[in-house]
Order: sequence, then C-alpha cells, then structure tokens
Amino acid sequence: MADKNKYTVLLPTYEERANLPIIVWLLVKYLTESDYDFEIIIIDDGSPDGTLEAAKDLQRIYGEKKIVLRPREKKLGLGTAYMHGIKHATGNFILILDADMSHHPKFIPDFIKKQAEKNYDIVTGTRYVGTGGVYGWDLKRKLISRGANLITQILLRPGVSDLTGSFRLYKKEVLEKLITSCVSKGYTFQIEMIIRARQNNFTIAEVPITFVDRVYGESKLGGNEIVGFLKGILYLFATT
Amino acid sequence: MAVSKLFQWLICLTSFLAVWLSYVLGLVQTKFSEEMNEIIIALPIYLLILFACVLLGMIGHRVATFNDCELASKELKEHIDAARQDLAKKGYKFASDWKS
Repeated sequence: MADKNKYTVLLPTYEERANLPIIVWLLVKYLTESDYDFEIIIIDDGSPDGTLEAAKDLQRIYGEKKIVLRPREKKLGLGTAYMHGIKHATGNFILILDADMSHHPKFIPDFIKKQAEKNYDIVTGTRYVGTGGVYGWDLKRKLISRGANLITQILLRPGVSDLTGSFRLYKKEVLEKLITSCVSKGYTFQIEMIIRARQNNFTIAEVPITFVDRVYGESKLGGNEIVGFLKGILYLFATT
Repeated sequence: MAVSKLFQWLICLTSFLAVWLSYVLGLVQTKFSEEMNEIIIALPIYLLILFACVLLGMIGHRVATFNDCELASKELKEHIDAARQDLAKKGYKFASDWKS
C-alpha cells in the first residue's frame, strides 16, 4: 500500500433496497482496484422496504471489516446520520455520496488524487465544470438548477461552482467540525457545509463528475423544495 | 467576525444611493451637460436592466452548455447489469427473490 490513508464511505439510506447492492458493489470494485484501504458504513434510517436486510446480506458477502452497519430507528436527517456514522469511522478521510447511484464511485480515485495534490481539506464534485454534467434532466430541470446555482453564486460568493452536490471527500476532523456548526436542512445543508468551510479557511478543490438521475425510484424537486432552498439561501445570506 | 453578505450588499447599495441622491437632489454642484444629467438620473434603472440582461444571458448560456452525459448513463446501465450478475454469483439474494 502506497500510503496509510483509510477512506470511510458514509452511506445514509432510506428505502434504497434496490440501489444498495449495486452501489456497494461499485464502491468495492473501484476502491479495491485502486488498492485503497476502505470501509463502508451503512446508516439505514429504519427503511420499511428491507434496506437493512439487503445491507446484512452484503455484509455477509464482503465481511464485517468492509461493510459496517449502523442503523437508526427512524428518519432523523442527513447531518445527524453523518455524525452517527463518523462516530464509528476508522478512516482518516470520509467519503460521502448518494446511495441512489446518481453518483458513480468510478470518480472516487479522482477525488483522492485531487486531495493529495495540495493536501486539500475538502474535495467536492461539480456537475457544472469541464467534463462534468447530468443525464436525464429536461430543460426545465436544467433551468432551475442553473438559476438556483447562479443566485447562490451571486448572494454567497462561495468560490465553489457546485454547492448542492453531495459527492464529497472530507478530512474526518474537518467534516466533524463542519457538521457541528451547520444548522440548515435539506438542499441548503450541503451549501452551508461549504460556506462554513470557507469561514474556517479550509481548502476546497473540485473535480468534474457526471450526475445520472435516479435509475430506480423517484427524484424529488417540487415547489416545496424550491421555497425551502430560497429560505435557506436567504438565511445564509443574512447570517454569514 | 466577518461581515455578513447581506451587510456587504447594504453598504454597497447605500454608498451608491448616497452619491446618486446627493447629485439628484442638487446637494453637490456639478457642470454636467443636459444629456449627461438625464443619463445620471436614470442610472439606477439602466443598471438594473443591465444586471437583469447579464443574468439572463448567463443562465441561458449555462443551460445551453450544460453537458448531457448519455455515455455515463449507458455505462452505468452496463455496470448495474455486471453488478447484478456478480452479486448473484456471490450468493446475494435480490429483493425480487425474497417473496416467492
């Protein structure tokens, strides 16, 4: 092994029975191929669809060292799920991605190489730069995404091109510190993480990623999400 | 502690308005021509329109140049098939096999 780094993947799940085996398989494949030391912590929030049973089956196949199960009784939010996972993490780096396969683990080696370039505190995926992009979005969805992003860029000037993306690599202590200082929920949680990182002078780098919209299951973006997003942005605009 | 973004905007806005209003209300004596005078009075409107145009242009350009990743989707579908086959070989019980 070239270095002593260990990467802990945090995978919060809720009703991801169909996606979980595939995403875990892909994670194991790409992390093993690149010879990285890793573990995958699955934090299932009491999914009624049997996600936890699927996770147990995967643990049986890949072993308790690689697949760690830290389920919770019920849905309690993303921030607390990360905190819950970190407590049991044995890696010095934490990888976060969505379990619904919109984030492909093939990009993880890019994240890790980028981090090593200048020992960045955070590496975050971007859909908006270079070879990054999306699949399965119509014009309306693209318009909302770009519009929301531009408003955020103007109001908050974060110095990061993609703020709502949740495909990221953090140093463990950096993630711990950021989560405890974040108050937002939902979409704005990911934005606030970056804003707080800037406040703390953590260094951030970006790598292009492709975002393939959910293969199984529905993705959600309605009026409520947009109102919540705007409220969150205005809160950060006024307070940070 | 750093100043909030809202406060930064308010500072810029009030400084601009202070200069502009002191001209419009005639608090400072200047020797601008009649045309120049008209432009300055309408300046906030012009700037707003310019801002809106730049914004719309930027969004339009960014939507138009938003990459469509057909290949990424195709590749993912192949990877999903490969994963399902390999997992089945390893003895993973897929949800579709649970209730029978």
